[in-house]
Parts: sequence; C-alpha cells; structure tokens
Amino acid sequence: MITRNIDNLPKFGKLDGIHPLFTNEKIYKDIKSCKEREEFESKVLYSIEEAIDKAKLKDGMTISFHHHFRDGDFVLNKVMDVIAKKGIKDLTLAASSLLSVHAPLVGHLKSGVVTRIETSGMRGELADAVSTGLLDIPVVFRSHGGRAYAIKNGDIKIDVAFLGAPSCDSFGNANGYSREHDNGIICGSLGYAKTDALYAGCVVVLTDNLVPFPNVPAGISQSDVDYVVKVDAIGDPNGIMSGATRFTKNPKELLIAETTAEVIEHSGVFTDGFSFQIGSGGASLATARFLKEKMLKKNIKADFVLGGITGEIVKLHEEGLIKKILDVQSFDLEAANSLKNNRFHQQISAYYYASPNNLGTAVNQLDVVVLSALEVDVNFNVNVLTGSDGSIIGAIGGHQDTAAGASVSIVVCPLTRGRIASVVDVVNTVVTPGKTIDIIVTDQGVAINPNRKDLIERLSKIDINLTTIEKLRDKAVSLVGKAKSIEYTDKVVGIVTYRDGSIIDLIYQVKESIDQIY
Amino acid sequence: MGERLRRTMMFVPGNNPGMVKDAYIYKCDSIMFDLEDSVLLSEKDAARYLVYNSLRAIDYGNKELVVRINNPRSECGIMDIKAMVASKIDVIRLPKTENVEDVLICESEIAKAEEQFNIEKGSIKMMAAIESAEGVLNAREIAKASKRLIAIAFGAEDYVTDLKTTRYEDGVELMFARSMILHAARAAKIDALDTVYSDLNNEEGLRKEVLLIKKLGFDGKSIINPRQIDPIVEIFTPTKKEIEKALEIMDAIEDAESKKSGVISLRGKMIDMPIVLRAQRTIQLAKAARVL
Repeated sequence: MITRNIDNLPKFGKLDGIHPLFTNEKIYKDIKSCKEREEFESKVLYSIEEAIDKAKLKDGMTISFHHHFRDGDFVLNKVMDVIAKKGIKDLTLAASSLLSVHAPLVGHLKSGVVTRIETSGMRGELADAVSTGLLDIPVVFRSHGGRAYAIKNGDIKIDVAFLGAPSCDSFGNANGYSREHDNGIICGSLGYAKTDALYAGCVVVLTDNLVPFPNVPAGISQSDVDYVVKVDAIGDPNGIMSGATRFTKNPKELLIAETTAEVIEHSGVFTDGFSFQIGSGGASLATARFLKEKMLKKNIKADFVLGGITGEIVKLHEEGLIKKILDVQSFDLEAANSLKNNRFHQQISAYYYASPNNLGTAVNQLDVVVLSALEVDVNFNVNVLTGSDGSIIGAIGGHQDTAAGASVSIVVCPLTRGRIASVVDVVNTVVTPGKTIDIIVTDQGVAINPNRKDLIERLSKIDINLTTIEKLRDKAVSLVGKAKSIEYTDKVVGIVTYRDGSIIDLIYQVKESIDQIY
Repeated sequence: MGERLRRTMMFVPGNNPGMVKDAYIYKCDSIMFDLEDSVLLSEKDAARYLVYNSLRAIDYGNKELVVRINNPRSECGIMDIKAMVASKIDVIRLPKTENVEDVLICESEIAKAEEQFNIEKGSIKMMAAIESAEGVLNAREIAKASKRLIAIAFGAEDYVTDLKTTRYEDGVELMFARSMILHAARAAKIDALDTVYSDLNNEEGLRKEVLLIKKLGFDGKSIINPRQIDPIVEIFTPTKKEIEKALEIMDAIEDAESKKSGVISLRGKMIDMPIVLRAQRTIQLAKAARVL
C-alpha cells in the first residue's frame, strides 16, 4: 500500500494482499456524511424494472422469493409480471414455498418465462396445474433444511433473490416488522429470506416502508443487500396473518392434543430445560396448552422452542415457561410482535434452523417435535405433500428436518378425515421416512415405531390407548373402507428430495383430477 | 346406585355420520344417539337407518348406548323402537314423558319388538325424560312405572317454556323440578340425570351447575359436546382426602369381618350402613376417574 522498495520478504513471501481492494491509486477518503450517503450512494431504486436491469437478470437464470407473506404476498406476482414484460425466459424459480396467491404463475409457466420450479410445496391453482402435467420439467420439492443445504452447496445457485421486507433502510438492513410504527405489513421472522440473502448472487429487497438507517437489529443485513426497491405495496396484511392463531374447539383435535401432551410428559425427555417444536395446525397448537398445564404442575421450564412460532408459544415465553424462542417463521401477529419486542425471541435462518450439513443445525438440539400429516403408512412413512386424489396440496416444510433431528418425533392426525383414511398401507408420496418418525397419535389410539423400544416401554405404563400401526390401519378400513387406488400416467411431475438432496419419491401426473370428473 | 356410572351422557345427532361413527373415542360414560329433536322430519328415516347400521357395524367399546326415540305413539316412534331393539341398543330414552301411560306404551312396543327379533325379554332398558310441569308432578309414578327403567332424566328447555319462565344462571327456576325428579328416582332406586348445559363456551357456568346438581344428588348430566366431559368428570371425582377416608372405612369393615365383630368402628366412631354405602360410591367414582 505504501511506497516501498522491496516486493518480497524472506519466509513471508510476496508483499501483496491476497485480494487487494485498495492500491495506492484507489485509496480514498470519503467525507460525505451518513445522511449525504443515504441520499447519493444509497441502494434505493424506485422501480422493479430498474432492479431487474441492475441485477442483470437474463434468460436461464435462477431467481428466488420467500414465503413469509403467505397468501398475502404481492412481491412474487409483481416481480414475475415485470420479468415477463421484459421478455426474459427459461428461468428457474427457487421459492421457499408457493401458495394459492401465486396462481398467476400458471401463466408464466405456460408462456415459458419459468420452466423449472424448486419449492417446499405448493397449493391451489398452481399445484393443480403442476399435478396435471403443465410443466415438462418436474418440480423439485425440498424441505426447508434441504433447500438451505442445496443453496449452500450450490445445487441451487440463486442469481437474483427478490425479498420482500416490511421495513428496510436505504443501505439494506431489512426486517419483518417496523420499529418506526405498529401499523403496516408485519410478518415477523425473515428466516427463509436470510439464507437467500446470504448466498444469492444479487439481493434485491423490496419494501413499502423505507426507514432511517440503521434498521437494527436486522433480519437481513446491509452487508448482503445489493438493491432496495421502494414499492407501493408488498402484501395484504389479512393474507399474511390473522390476529392470533385460534385455539381449536374441535373436540377431536383437543382429544389428540391432550393425548399428545400425555405422551410427551412420559416420553423421557420431559425434564427441566427440555425443548420442543409444534406446528400451527389445530391439534399441534392445542398440544401447547395441555403441555403448559403439565409444565406448571411439574415445575418444568423449556430452554427453547424452535421453528414456526405462534402466539401460544409467545404466551408461554412471556409467562416464563419458555426461556428462548428461535423463530424461523412467525405464524401470527402475536408472534411477529414478540419477535420485535422480546429480547430472547430471536429470528434464525433456514440454514441455522435445519440444514443437514452445518455444524450446529438447531433441529438437532430438539427434544420433541409435534408434526402433522396427511397420511401415515404402516412403515411410519409420512406424506404431507399429496392429497387423497394424488394432487399436490401441501408442503414439506421442516417436516423431514425436525423428524430426523428431534429425540422424539410425534405425528398427530385424525384416523380418518371424512371418508378418507389417514393411516394406510402405503402413503401416496413418501416425504418423511418412517425411520425418523417415533410416535403416531390419532383420535383412536397411539402407535409407536417398533424401533423405539424405550418409548414403548415407557408409554406402556400410562393410561393411554396404546395400539399398533397395523391395528390403526385396520380400524380405519373398518370405519371408512378401502379407497380405490389413484390412477396416474407415466409422466413425473414432481421429484421429492430428502434433506440432503437425494430422491426419496416421485410424484406422477394424475389421470383425472376430481375437478375434471365433475 | 347401579353398577354403571352415568356422569356424562353425550348427545350425538343421529343423522350426522361423522359424529356417529366414532363417538366412542371420547371419555363419556354413555352415548345417546338422537333420533328426535336434532333430526329434521325429512331425515328421520335416514337417521334411524344410520344409527341402526352403525350399532351393528361399529364397536363402541364399553360405553352405555342410548337412543332418544320419537314419540312412541307415532309411526316414526314405533319404527325407531323396532330398529333400535333389533340393533340391541342398551337403553331406549323416551322423550317428553308426561305420565305412566306414556311409559307403558313405549314398554309394550319394546316388548313386541323383543319378541319379533328374538331378543331376551326385558333386556332392553328404558329411560324416561321429563320435560313438562305435568311430567314433573307425575315423576314419582313415572319412575316406578316399569322394571325396564334405569333412570329418569330432566329436560329443562321444554320445561321452562311450560312454566312460562326462561333459564337463569342460578337455576332457581329448576329447583322444584330437580328436587322432585331426584326424589322420584331415589324412591324408585334408579338414576337421576340432569338436563343439558347449552352455553358451550361458558365452562365456568357449566362447572357451577354441575356442582349444584352433584350437591343435590344427581348421578350425572346430559352433554352436548365432548368438551363438557372433563369438567363434569373432574367435579364428580372424589378428592384425595375423600378417597383416603373411604379406603379407611373399607379397611375397617374388612378388619371387623375378620375379627367377626358385629360393630364396626373407626377411630372410636361407629360406622353404620349409610357411611359404608357412601364410601363404596366414593371408591366407584374414584376408580372410574382412574384416580384409584
């Protein structure tokens, strides 16, 4: 850097930086104030089109989005429309997940703007179109941890990430809430987006709420952000989240929840300092309330709760029953506000949460996870992706990751839904391998994976309806009969991967969807 | 005080397959399939058919199975009785019982059906629901009208309308009817069951009412949702202290029997028959609630 006469030092070697950024000519002193930089050097752009140009998005590239806005998301559809208008084609869409609100994607698939999709799941019109064979290249489904792993190891190479954020400063510090006010869009954790921001070639944050620097603590850090686009609206608050996830009044779900709490209490891991994760579905969520009673009774506190967070969990945290919350996705307003206000409610990235390769995957520290299922088979394999008509209707989420990571993985589901059995001989689609599932709790009994002799021994001693998975299947058949098998063509429409990217199952095109019959 | 506990008798609309097919998963003592007021006239046949087939096809475990039939003076009621007897239901519940004749008409239809389907005579039991001023005043005779009767039940909704009042939170309007029905039942040595509590989301109100009827002496209550089971069972479950006392009494009896002593005493106090009976009841309730 400074003028010197020698280029080499004995034993040390060449006197050059390995990646020199500053040479004599380039050293400079910037005397602009922060406010001036904010004005003259900020990353802020005022149109999506400009961002696409600056990001140098081209045919054949990979773009990514997060799904923290759920069915209230405007970002994906808005960006895709601009991309389509610019005539860019043959893109790979690597979203963290896709929902009903993303139905306009069907048009972009038909016109060839998008030719490949990578996602955790999909619903609605888009899912129907994919299930009936719209795409030539099958959709690749990955768990949240599997996606983070694929991004990290380059299996998914994101060229441009378009990440919506409820607040962002002009240097790119972004959050899922706003510290400036309590109105406006709020989604809480930006967990899935954090991974994209870290690894994408170009990161574009879209916000409707530019706030003064520094917007910290930040979900996405300025050091990872290339551009910030100020747009009028990024989402519809009503679609993003309702006030609080409602506590179920469904007696069957309550029965399952009560049994699940009983099972957890006697699973051997229910000791002071334990940890758990529960979903936002009726029965899983209700489990929290029954578990609370047991925690109070036995004076047990949890060291942490992981994953998707709801108001129920926040309440337990605020009452001192849960010490810390590691939040990858906030499911309701109470959770989002808690992330903003509670010091020990922290947001974590999908990579930190569940990636199978990293050195501290949080799912591996889990004691108990309560998961839901569309179907479970006699080998304890779980399907959370395809419905009883064979169509794609769900998402892998963190199912595979937490089932493998937690000491005790519990799947809750009613034995039958309407006239459809949930415990079957073979699931339509294997998503989570039975090896990683320990206990199935239904309204008609509890079945334990024969591999878990320890759990069988413990739970045989308590007053629950302990049965076997085969008996549950028989019971379901006796109640609703055996369903006719679904007819598929030879065309593969979906590839289901396990956490490490290996292929665990294929989804075939359904011959006739129910909608076509009627 | 029968062998069976009837703390909770859960109503299940007879025309709802989703609820009929797995009502046994809840921890109620009895399940009552309703063919009467919760079923529209146009669905009476369908409900009867559904309950009949469910009873034959589904294993309801050890639940006591009850069906509320339509008026046995109507064709519909007679069909209900035939179908339910043929399916070997445990108990037929007669609605809106006004007098002894109502019971006898129902009983004779049951007897006829038992004969027709070759079912042991007298095996199908009856329960009479009393839901009017006339019925309450005749409760004493109604309770004794048939050997098939295992219980009389109180239906308050029709009753308060008949009285020209409505339901109040303290239940003062039901005091006479509840006392009358309870006494009639006890005099006939059968069970007494209280009316439903229909404000499903008011658990506190339910608890108050259950505490009241427990104090009065009722055996249990009809319920409209599985969510009402836990609070009722909890209130009917004896406390630890009560259980310990009951066990002591039972030990004292055994002790006295082994010593061939005619007089039983515990800590210097004589134990007589009523105390023994109460202790037995406490133990039965404790066992049923699985706390003993």
